[in-house]
Amino acid sequence: MGSTNSTLLKIPNVEVLMQETGFSPAHIIRLHDRFKALDKEGRGHLCPHDFGAIKELAMNPIGDRIIGAFFSPGKETVDFHTFVKILAHFRPVDKDRPKEPNSPEPINSRSNKLKFAFQLYDQDKDGKISRDELLQVLRAMLGMQVTDEQLESIADRTIQEADLDRDDTISFEEFRKACKHKRFTMFRFCIRPGERKLMLTLCHWSSELQDQHEL
Amino acid sequence: MNFENDCRFKRKLTKRGNCNTLSHQGLQDKQAEQNSVKDSYTTHNESVFQNPHHQQEENLTGLPIVTFKWHHVETPYLVIIWVFVAGLAKLSVVELNHHVISVVPESGLLIILGFILGGIVWGADRAQTFKLLPPTFFYYLLPQIILDASYFMPNKLFFSNLGAILIYAIFGTCWNAATVGLSLWGCYEAGVMGNLDIGLLQFLLFGSLIAAVDPVAVIAVFEEVHVNEVLFILVFGESLLNDGVTVVLYNVFDAFVALGGPRIDAAEIFKGIFSFVVVAFGGSFLGIGFAILLSLLTRCTKHIQIIEAGFVFVVGYLAYLTAEMLSLSAILSITFCGICCQKYVNANMDEKSVTTVRHAMKLLANGSETMIFLFLGVTAIDTEIWVWNTGFILLTLLFVFIYRIIGTFLFTWMLNKFRLVPIEVIDQVVMSYGGLRGAVAYGLAALLDEDKIPEKNLMISTTLIVVYFTVILQGITMKPLVQWLKVKRAAHSDLKLIEKLNNRAFDHILAAVEDICGRIGDNWWTRGWNRFEENYISWLLMKPKARKNRDYLFSIFHKLNLEDAINYVSEGERQGSLAFSRSDEAANVDFKKQFGSEFADVMPNIMVDMSNYELGIEHFSVTSIVKDTIPSVSLDIHGQDRKNAMDDINAHHLLQQHLYRSRKHQHRHKYSRSHFSINQNEDEVQEIFQRTMRSRLESFKSTKMGVNPAKKITKHHKKELTHKMPNGHPDGTGHLYGDEEVEGLCVFLPHLIEAGIENPVFLPDMDSPTHSPPWLMETEAVAPSQRAQRRLPWTPNRLRRLAPMRISTCSTDSFLMADVSLTLEEHEEHSQTDHVEM
Repeated sequence: MGSTNSTLLKIPNVEVLMQETGFSPAHIIRLHDRFKALDKEGRGHLCPHDFGAIKELAMNPIGDRIIGAFFSPGKETVDFHTFVKILAHFRPVDKDRPKEPNSPEPINSRSNKLKFAFQLYDQDKDGKISRDELLQVLRAMLGMQVTDEQLESIADRTIQEADLDRDDTISFEEFRKACKHKRFTMFRFCIRPGERKLMLTLCHWSSELQDQHEL
Repeated sequence: MNFENDCRFKRKLTKRGNCNTLSHQGLQDKQAEQNSVKDSYTTHNESVFQNPHHQQEENLTGLPIVTFKWHHVETPYLVIIWVFVAGLAKLSVVELNHHVISVVPESGLLIILGFILGGIVWGADRAQTFKLLPPTFFYYLLPQIILDASYFMPNKLFFSNLGAILIYAIFGTCWNAATVGLSLWGCYEAGVMGNLDIGLLQFLLFGSLIAAVDPVAVIAVFEEVHVNEVLFILVFGESLLNDGVTVVLYNVFDAFVALGGPRIDAAEIFKGIFSFVVVAFGGSFLGIGFAILLSLLTRCTKHIQIIEAGFVFVVGYLAYLTAEMLSLSAILSITFCGICCQKYVNANMDEKSVTTVRHAMKLLANGSETMIFLFLGVTAIDTEIWVWNTGFILLTLLFVFIYRIIGTFLFTWMLNKFRLVPIEVIDQVVMSYGGLRGAVAYGLAALLDEDKIPEKNLMISTTLIVVYFTVILQGITMKPLVQWLKVKRAAHSDLKLIEKLNNRAFDHILAAVEDICGRIGDNWWTRGWNRFEENYISWLLMKPKARKNRDYLFSIFHKLNLEDAINYVSEGERQGSLAFSRSDEAANVDFKKQFGSEFADVMPNIMVDMSNYELGIEHFSVTSIVKDTIPSVSLDIHGQDRKNAMDDINAHHLLQQHLYRSRKHQHRHKYSRSHFSINQNEDEVQEIFQRTMRSRLESFKSTKMGVNPAKKITKHHKKELTHKMPNGHPDGTGHLYGDEEVEGLCVFLPHLIEAGIENPVFLPDMDSPTHSPPWLMETEAVAPSQRAQRRLPWTPNRLRRLAPMRISTCSTDSFLMADVSLTLEEHEEHSQTDHVEM
């Protein structure tokens, strides 16, 4: 593709970005296209309402939280680098990447993925999921038929199950331990090089078993 | 009952179209020709044809007051009787013992019922006077089923999997036809079947007619087995298209057979392949042409809305017959007509007409489907057609089964090299096992020309056996098979709550990230097509008004409004029943209240402990730590153990039941034979959408108004409490609800009240500032806007209805009501509702 290089050249620091995220040039181009499509006013960064324009996100019970995850606290915009880095969480764990002891943990490692999920619950960023935070998520994800007391009993039980140090909150460590179950789904995000399509697959633990060992 | 005019009753239908003109002349001189009389009688004015009979009767009796004219009405009467019987059959099958229904698929039951009916007829007549004749089937029963299936085809899904579907439909069918035909021929040459008068070409012809997977049978069975979206569309699309392909293939081989073996050379074979392509694609394009015609037609039917629904059927049928006339593929023609027109027709027509079309389409399709299965059963009870050849029949069954599996795995293996989402092995098994043969195969077999194919009856009986075998036996075993495979796959289901929650949250995250990155298959081609479609095709085929209405938000809100209107009416009735159904919940909470007030600290731990203990759930987290605290209260708790266990199950169950599904788990685009209404998933989507929009609106409002919601709400609550608790003044309560509704808080009054009443344990929480941290308030809750506040006094009920959502700050507000008199409020609420409604 002749256009590949020219598009890549337009993105600043593309080498660094690829190094950090592990995306291939084809991925980067695809994501860049998408970024430009989302950035309707051509400012070079995205605002929350750019995400809000994606109509499927409005169908997602935690869509707004996910949008929020793209913006670091206090910031109203997200640039392409950050955008790609956040999406890099969803890359499948590299199975054949050589393990260098002193290299920084890749963005798509299992614990980083979990961290991403954790921060969706932990909206006040205090490193703990409180009962109220859990209630909020539950309220968002459960249908309207569920009554409040049912909701609360679910929340209580959820916390009790995961809460190891009995402080009525779930810390990240507890969260990670709770999600260690074999059949627990991990997300993975794959873009096949050579195809300009992009998709995500859910995969069950069975196929990710190797990744577990890697960690 | 007179069953004498056997097949004519069926054949009559086929002749109806062209016979009418003939019968006009034929009647004058030949009134004994009952067939013609009946034909004319059904469709034409009676006066002309009554005259001859009148004279005849005058000669006999003078002036009859009442005469018995069975022959006048015989054919339509028999037709309608059979339709009636089919309706009754369907009714009885559906209403039958649920145990049977869950095991045997409906189609199988109908066939079995057909056996019985056929037996009755046979017993009366000593011959099978009623048969499913090919013309009846192909002209009067099949089209509406195909039209229905294609008209309700989930288009997006279909076109995004079109490649795979076409591969399966075209190459899969050819593969089946060729392998079955050749293998049978090989076995025949090896002498397994004894002495039969069949050549290679006939075997191939037979192979082609038995190759078609029948959409009717497949949909009937697959609908009862819940499979994922992609698998469903693959099987469904394949079965729909390969019918067309089979018919084309059949015609090609039929022509070869007619031509005779020796005269076939390379040129003829090439012509055969060429004709295959022309017939298949010609039919498809013809269908698209008719779809365009139909769309254009519905563009200008604004003033004759009463009949515009009819155009869909007429044009669809016209597409079918025209293709048949041009010897193109009629099935493909009507399929593509339905698929392509649905979007524009639905947008162009009046809402009522759309509903009419849907209902009528389902009615016709279900009706003919019932007839088909019933007659597949009835037809079997006939000694004439049964020719038994063990080798031929058994081998056919075997080959049909085996080559379907091999073919599926082969083509899937090839497809998986290109597909982004590979088709899994389980899906492949289900797909190959779902290769049900149906009425199309039988219709084609019955269409065979006995002069050219001496063993026609053997082929018919073999086809029937294959149909029975696949529809009944495979239909019965399909569900257990799927369940078994699924069970094997998902052996453990004792996930913890947090894991369940997380799994679902991850699904949602994935769906969201996918949306952010662009949809699956969102590539240059689809984008280009969408733009083209948007700019030109819609412009051409849609009313300007309809184009505007297509705006997404608009349509969603339109639907929401419709729903609200319906809810508005039914809510009053629902309230009572809801309160009732929640009554058992109260017991648990009661316990909490009574118990929790005393042992507020330890209670949660104990509850988990006991329930885990009782259920034997593996748990490493809590148990050991808190065990020491149990003895002190254990006697008291003991009676409540079971309740706690139940509670735990309830929690799991609740979570399982009510978690919103993410898109991947939804089948909301699925085609269904008998249902087309908004299903639960769509409701969910709308609910979520509504909530999201609301919370966005509110956060927008809050930032705009510059209020400090957290402070306001707490203040507000306290004010309410102090204001109301002493006297429970009606006005105060009404106001309270109104406020909360505008805040986007929950809705169902009974819930609120009950929750509040039963949970005084948590009451102190409300006032403590730690439980309503500022970040929470900022994002999620919002004080009522001024405009809203102004409107409160008049429209509390409507507001509540239009905002049936609750945003999570929630837990506090329900406790508010704790001390408010329950009955008083409820009463007041009712009276208010009445008032507003009036």
